[in-house]
Amino acid sequence: MMSVDGATRVIPLKRPFTLRRWFARTGWRHLVGIVMVVFSGFPLLYVLSASLNPQGTLTGSNQLFSRIGFDAYARILSTPEAPFALWFGNTIVVAATTAILTVFLGALAAYSFSRMRFTGRRVGLLTLVLVQMFPQLLAVVAIFLVMSTISDLFPAIGLNTQIGLIMVYLGGALSVNTYLMYGFFNTIPASIDEAAKIDGASHARIFFTIILRLVAPILAVVGLLSFIATTNDFVVASVLLIDPDKQTLAVGLYRLVSNPNYADWSAFSAGAVLAALPVMALFLYLQKYIVGGLTAGSDK
Amino acid sequence: MRTDDTDASTTKPSKRHQRAAMIAEAASGGLKTILIKITLLGIVDAIALYGLFTLFLQQQWIIFGLVAAVTLVVNWIYFTPGKLPAKYLTPGVIFLVVFQIFVVGYTAYIGFTNYSTGHNSDKAQAISALMSSAQERVPASPTYAVTVLDQFGTLSFLVTDPNGEVSLGSADSPLSPVNNATIDGGEGVGLSGYTTLSFQDILSRTTEITALAVPFSDDPNDGALRTNDGSSAYLYLSSLVYDEQADTMTDAKTGTIFTDTGDGAFVSATGAEMLPGWRINVGFDNFARAFTEEGIRTPLISVTLWTITFATLSVATTFFLGLFLAIVFNDMRMKGRKFYRVAMILPYAFPAFLSALVWAGMLSESFGFVNQVLLGGAEIPWLTNAWLAKISVLVVNLWLGFPYMFLVCTGALQSIPAELEEAATVDGAKPWAVFRLIKLPLLLVSVAPLLIASFAFNFNNFNLIYMLTGGGPRDAAADVNVGATDILISMVYKVAFTGQARDYGLASAFSIIIFILVAVISVVAFRKTKALEELNR
Repeated sequence: MMSVDGATRVIPLKRPFTLRRWFARTGWRHLVGIVMVVFSGFPLLYVLSASLNPQGTLTGSNQLFSRIGFDAYARILSTPEAPFALWFGNTIVVAATTAILTVFLGALAAYSFSRMRFTGRRVGLLTLVLVQMFPQLLAVVAIFLVMSTISDLFPAIGLNTQIGLIMVYLGGALSVNTYLMYGFFNTIPASIDEAAKIDGASHARIFFTIILRLVAPILAVVGLLSFIATTNDFVVASVLLIDPDKQTLAVGLYRLVSNPNYADWSAFSAGAVLAALPVMALFLYLQKYIVGGLTAGSDK
Repeated sequence: MRTDDTDASTTKPSKRHQRAAMIAEAASGGLKTILIKITLLGIVDAIALYGLFTLFLQQQWIIFGLVAAVTLVVNWIYFTPGKLPAKYLTPGVIFLVVFQIFVVGYTAYIGFTNYSTGHNSDKAQAISALMSSAQERVPASPTYAVTVLDQFGTLSFLVTDPNGEVSLGSADSPLSPVNNATIDGGEGVGLSGYTTLSFQDILSRTTEITALAVPFSDDPNDGALRTNDGSSAYLYLSSLVYDEQADTMTDAKTGTIFTDTGDGAFVSATGAEMLPGWRINVGFDNFARAFTEEGIRTPLISVTLWTITFATLSVATTFFLGLFLAIVFNDMRMKGRKFYRVAMILPYAFPAFLSALVWAGMLSESFGFVNQVLLGGAEIPWLTNAWLAKISVLVVNLWLGFPYMFLVCTGALQSIPAELEEAATVDGAKPWAVFRLIKLPLLLVSVAPLLIASFAFNFNNFNLIYMLTGGGPRDAAADVNVGATDILISMVYKVAFTGQARDYGLASAFSIIIFILVAVISVVAFRKTKALEELNR
């Protein structure tokens, strides 16, 4: 116990607020923040404003939010030469199928690399690492020629089909994703499988009912990253999909504004807003997981 | 790690162990699992059988053999007990091998051929294409009664000649007599195994039918039968004559002789080439062109340099801006950090291809937002001047990429233990010294692999370049379609897929050059990061 003799107790005075001190401490940070918000935000605001502009041209879009209407949205959804709704549907179908199958095939492979010991395992893992260095799009010419050979034999899975496109994406995505999942599978203690094995569970049962549930977070991350990568792909999709009705958003919207000076800029902006909204919503909602996934590869 | 587990399983299990494991597996499997397994394999086999049947009909023996072998191996893997790793790996491996490993090998192969527009088939096909493109109806041709037949989508002609003899032929197989045709009114009208096209079918497939030329015999100089209405056919002869012994093509009208000089086409004495030609192996010609022809070498070198510059500067600018922002917003006293954070992530969440297209519109020289509004009506050629276009590409990539670096650096900064900073401060270190000597090295260790990944990504950042500038402004001095902002991958794409002449061979040769470059850079980068890790240990 301290003895208190009344008068000498000093209450530290709060230093008076001065603008200069505030600025030196955190104020300048806000200044940087505001600059960055403007830099990051204005192109997005510009698209939004252009999409609400009923007029079609690029010049007409320069007065931000001068006129507001939904004509451009109606146009992009009803122009037969630019079947936006079909592109949107195609993109979702292709990206979702690719994501689900990539996750499944990758998880199968990662499970065997992580839990089983077999001849060729080291070579297999090394191949996965090596293959990642050579992204698939470098071989786009060969992919096109292979697919055109396939479409001579089996038109149903060759050029200009979504099944063909999905198959190509699956081949390209597997090495990276298997490796990512392999790292995560290793963090699940093997004693869990062993306990289940002693209890009489088969390998398939262990995989489907135990392991897959424990690694759910990485499955979500890989699925999401694969979905985003597929949505953004232009190279392979533009080479394989010829028919406007079969194309994805990246290919279709690019063709729509390949010359922005003469394109229906508002309609494109409306399409861009419609295409970006679900992706952005998903992204912001799952932000934490994605950031975790992005850095997952670097821990080793 | 799991060393104990590794040791235990590398010693081969005894026979008894294996049998016990098999019994356990069978006992725990259950009827449902087996049913699912059989159903799935049944579907796979059905598809494979259909594929094999089609390949058999088209007489594609090599692919037939491959598909048959893969199907057998898959069945063997899943129907015999054991081989667990193979059971889990096979589905993925098939896709990986076909669409990643095989295509890389195939790229290498194409790089050594003259595969391009006008050189995309074999010699026999090229000869028949040349002859059929020069076909003209023989004025004195007799009328052949014809019935169009269909077998699995392939059209054939059932031809009755003026003497009443019936024969069958299609685009690939010359006319050969048949004796089991259904005859009606002295004409063959049907054949077992084939579907006779009805009048409606003929109308709906007119273009296909009128394009069909059925060779009269094995000798292409005998001409072909063609029909305009699906009921009567005439003999068409080519104005070109192919001499098989001399391997020459003669234009009967002008008398010009075209010879096969070994360059994949018939060439006349004056050097005129007859197209289509065919695909041949040209050895290192494509590489020789890339390194010796002035019109290709100069752009290839400048594109390679720009690719490396672009990737390096992109990583540097995004990293430093991201790091700076991470430090700025890593201050607990600051209010509203969450708001800034979300606002700054937005460019990253916006689909990248759309961003590039939007920026292309905003930077447009005469109508864009930047020139018209921000710069009050200036006409700055942001995307059409070589240097400005390079700067624009980097600025737009900064916009696209800094949020990622910001997120990554924030994470890395926050994972550095606070004690380190406190200890240094107690020892009298100034904030800058703390950052430079303690935080930055620690940060780099965890971020370096991501910087390399980012470099690799930007090295092939096709979307940004192609959608923002299209690689332009075009380099007028170059023989290939390249521009000032083209990176290697966009150059490959443009050589192979845009313009009138698509040169797959040259594009593949470029791809191989990129493969080698990437491999070299990866090895160097890998060594460097290892060194960095050692340094900080």
